[in-house]
Amino acid sequence: MADLHSTFDYGALAVALLAGAIRVGTPFLFVSLGECITEKGGRVNLGLEGVLVCGAMTGYAVSLLSGSPWIGVLGAGVSGLLLGALHGLVCSLKRVNDIAFGIALMLFGTGIAFYLGKPYIQPQAPMLPAIALGKWSADPQIRNALQVNGLFLVGVVLAGLLHWGMRSTRWGLVLRLVGDHAETARALGYRLVPIRVTATAVGGFLAAMGGAYLSLYYPGSWNEGLSSGQGLMAVALVIFARWQPLRCLLAALIFGAAGALGPALQALGVTSGYYLFNAAPYALTLAIMVVTCRPERTLGGAPGELNLTR
Amino acid sequence: MPPLIQRLSSKLLPALPTLAAISGALLMFMLFLAVQGKPALDACRLIFIGAFGSGFAWQNTLQRAAPLMLTALCVALPARAGLVIIGGEGALALGGLAAAVTPLMLPAGFPAMPALILMAIAGMLAGGAWIALAGGLRQYRGVNETIGSLLLSYIGIAIFKHLVEGPLRDPASLNKPSTFPLPADYMIGSLPGLDVHWGLFWGVLACVAAQVLVRQGVFGFAMSVVGGNVRAARLVGLPVERIVLSACMLGGAAAGLAGMMEVAAVHGSANSALLAGYGYSGILVAFAARQNPLAIIVCAMVIGGIESSGSLLQRRLDLPDATTLVLQGLLFVNLLAWESLTGRIGAWRLRLEATVKPGAMHG
Repeated sequence: MADLHSTFDYGALAVALLAGAIRVGTPFLFVSLGECITEKGGRVNLGLEGVLVCGAMTGYAVSLLSGSPWIGVLGAGVSGLLLGALHGLVCSLKRVNDIAFGIALMLFGTGIAFYLGKPYIQPQAPMLPAIALGKWSADPQIRNALQVNGLFLVGVVLAGLLHWGMRSTRWGLVLRLVGDHAETARALGYRLVPIRVTATAVGGFLAAMGGAYLSLYYPGSWNEGLSSGQGLMAVALVIFARWQPLRCLLAALIFGAAGALGPALQALGVTSGYYLFNAAPYALTLAIMVVTCRPERTLGGAPGELNLTR
Repeated sequence: MPPLIQRLSSKLLPALPTLAAISGALLMFMLFLAVQGKPALDACRLIFIGAFGSGFAWQNTLQRAAPLMLTALCVALPARAGLVIIGGEGALALGGLAAAVTPLMLPAGFPAMPALILMAIAGMLAGGAWIALAGGLRQYRGVNETIGSLLLSYIGIAIFKHLVEGPLRDPASLNKPSTFPLPADYMIGSLPGLDVHWGLFWGVLACVAAQVLVRQGVFGFAMSVVGGNVRAARLVGLPVERIVLSACMLGGAAAGLAGMMEVAAVHGSANSALLAGYGYSGILVAFAARQNPLAIIVCAMVIGGIESSGSLLQRRLDLPDATTLVLQGLLFVNLLAWESLTGRIGAWRLRLEATVKPGAMHG
């Protein structure tokens, strides 16, 4: 351990972190885009953690039963759509706090997933294929790092589309209006409840796709310890991204790299402090929130109806 | 309607959402099982038997209820001051760890009673500091306390695992990394006449103390003012920061004490068996009790009972161990959804009371 600095391969670490940014960051990207849509409508869904786990289970099960991982992703999305709609509908009742219901959904989603997922822990489902973007390189490490999954590309395109959609389309502007100033939206004749329920349901769809990525690509199996709080960290990530989809992409990559730190160091032979390095994403999330949040004012870009940043 | 029934129903109305939620959750749970062709009624019966059906079941239930009471206080006390804290698991882990290493710093042959008190103080300080940190980040830096406390909890669990499997590990613990075991005379025994450890007594006592604190004292009143309306609290000159931090500190101390009790009464050292999810179940207990400390005692027994019935369900009906998790999830969802009744209940109550009064005058 003493001569760590002399023999440590920083280049390999950098490549591993780059690979991790994409590989570990993809679920963050989907969940944060989902949370971004939800929060733009003025609601917080902390339950995306439960949606993610449920999506991972559903995606794996559907892929196993149908034989196609892409149908699995779709199935996962539908399960997320249902859970998201549940959150949206129940939170439309009077006196139901969206943060509290999110905590309940976290428990409910994981419970359902663990219960229904028991038979799928053993069998091997068809996985999502990887696209080799690193063929130009002779270095096997770089080749390995640039094995990119199709879902990541879908996520990148989606981030761009949402970024444009929020600014330049009618539905994007209506959604932002509902989230920013419900009174005005109501005065203009828009019905708040259906819009918010739709936004939460679509957010659930995306979050569950992120879950399907976990079980169908990386780490690529279904078990009960699959998620390590990605769904919850995505909520913090959206704050960091100031509710802008393209920044969500950047933030997801940073978080992916942080999440890859522990495994990468372990692969390079650093075994002490394994748990501490694995906690890097949590520490990073907290540090980012400490730096970006302020008690006495709301953040720039925060939807006005949101009760997260009071 | 006779006036007596009217008066009675006006008193019972506030319990309506909870009753509706419990029946709703049970119905959905039975439906969930029935759809899969599983024996739904049998499952409900077994949950009841596994929770409260025998002396052994009661003992199991109370054993689980003890830490749940304390971790539920970790949610309920900050909630009085308006904070939604869900990081009890981390506070419990660190409290248990602090308690487990305290005897290492004491001279050999140190008497048991003061050692246990020192262990409890260490556990409470560790847990309290951790949750107070979440409260402080919220008050001084504007970090949402729900997310912040859960992140801190994850970090606390990582620190716990790192220390237990690294620097503080007992080299003799080969298969299951643990800290050095407590000396045998430091272990907490059972309550007289029961096969349940003293943690239950301290859990109930903590809930009663919290009730007194919340309902009787000036501090409790100040807490509800801060929780109800921060601006009003500042206007009347209440030290909002100090009140919020104290509430978090007390809640975290309760969770830390739960960790200490688990170490000193059940496990004998700090190891990963301590991370049994009491911190997370405590959230459900606190919400089911509507953040009322006395109601926590009852709710902790119900949730503890549901959890301890899992193995019976597994053995008799071959249901997965996550079955109780589904029931808990349904319960949580229903509790919050039926909360929307409370607004209407106020109106119903007024109407009932209006019809009672003229009747009472004639009588």
